[in-house]
Amino acid sequence: MEKQVSGEVTITVKFFSLIREAVATEELVLEWSESLSTVKQVKAVLSERGEAWSTALSHPNLIQAVNQRVVFPEENLADGDELAFFPPMTGG
Amino acid sequence: MRAVVTDLLIDPGQLASEFYARHPHAAVTTFVGFVRDFSKTSQVEDLFLECYVEMASKVLTELGEAAASRFGLKAWHIVHRFGTLPVEDPIVFVATSADHRAEAFSACEFIMDVLKTDAPFWKRERFDDGVVWVTVKGSDKARRVRWVDKDKAP
Repeated sequence: MEKQVSGEVTITVKFFSLIREAVATEELVLEWSESLSTVKQVKAVLSERGEAWSTALSHPNLIQAVNQRVVFPEENLADGDELAFFPPMTGG
Repeated sequence: MRAVVTDLLIDPGQLASEFYARHPHAAVTTFVGFVRDFSKTSQVEDLFLECYVEMASKVLTELGEAAASRFGLKAWHIVHRFGTLPVEDPIVFVATSADHRAEAFSACEFIMDVLKTDAPFWKRERFDDGVVWVTVKGSDKARRVRWVDKDKAP
């Protein structure tokens, strides 16, 4: 798990289910910047970490949530937001 | 009138009794989902239910509130487990109470149909030769779509 210095402007990113397994990461913290101000941009930056990441984040039915609400990839991100990536849900 | 997400064992009989005592309205429906022991062709050893706890609590609370407003419920209760569950263990408990049975039944069905595809839980079944993440069934999607109503969608 990666943690960065507190006091920075940050975005917490969580991964669940087979996406979590594929990237071998439950959670990480990114420093917010102009170039990381939408879900889509975070996906693009994380996809550069390697094939496991790019494959997992291009999962055809990938769902993304910001602050526990499902959103489109164009959603804006702000300081302190919690972003999550996961596959379709199978509860009940 | 609450949603609970827990990694503890639940007792559906006790949850039902408590609900009847607290909400003695004219019509009460309860539903309990259990871990199935068979999936497609193999015997399931156990079920791992992963959960995004903060989001699940929020989604289930909003779902209960949506059901209450859509069907005029007097009360509702949703309990959903996560973690590793042995076969035949209860997974989910839903109770709804209303003035008439039609609303109680429909609300219970609505909650379960929406919960299956909208609440952040993921099932992974373990067989004697490995584990498999459960995928969304077409029948579950079809049941979810039945409730889509532009004016009343949750």
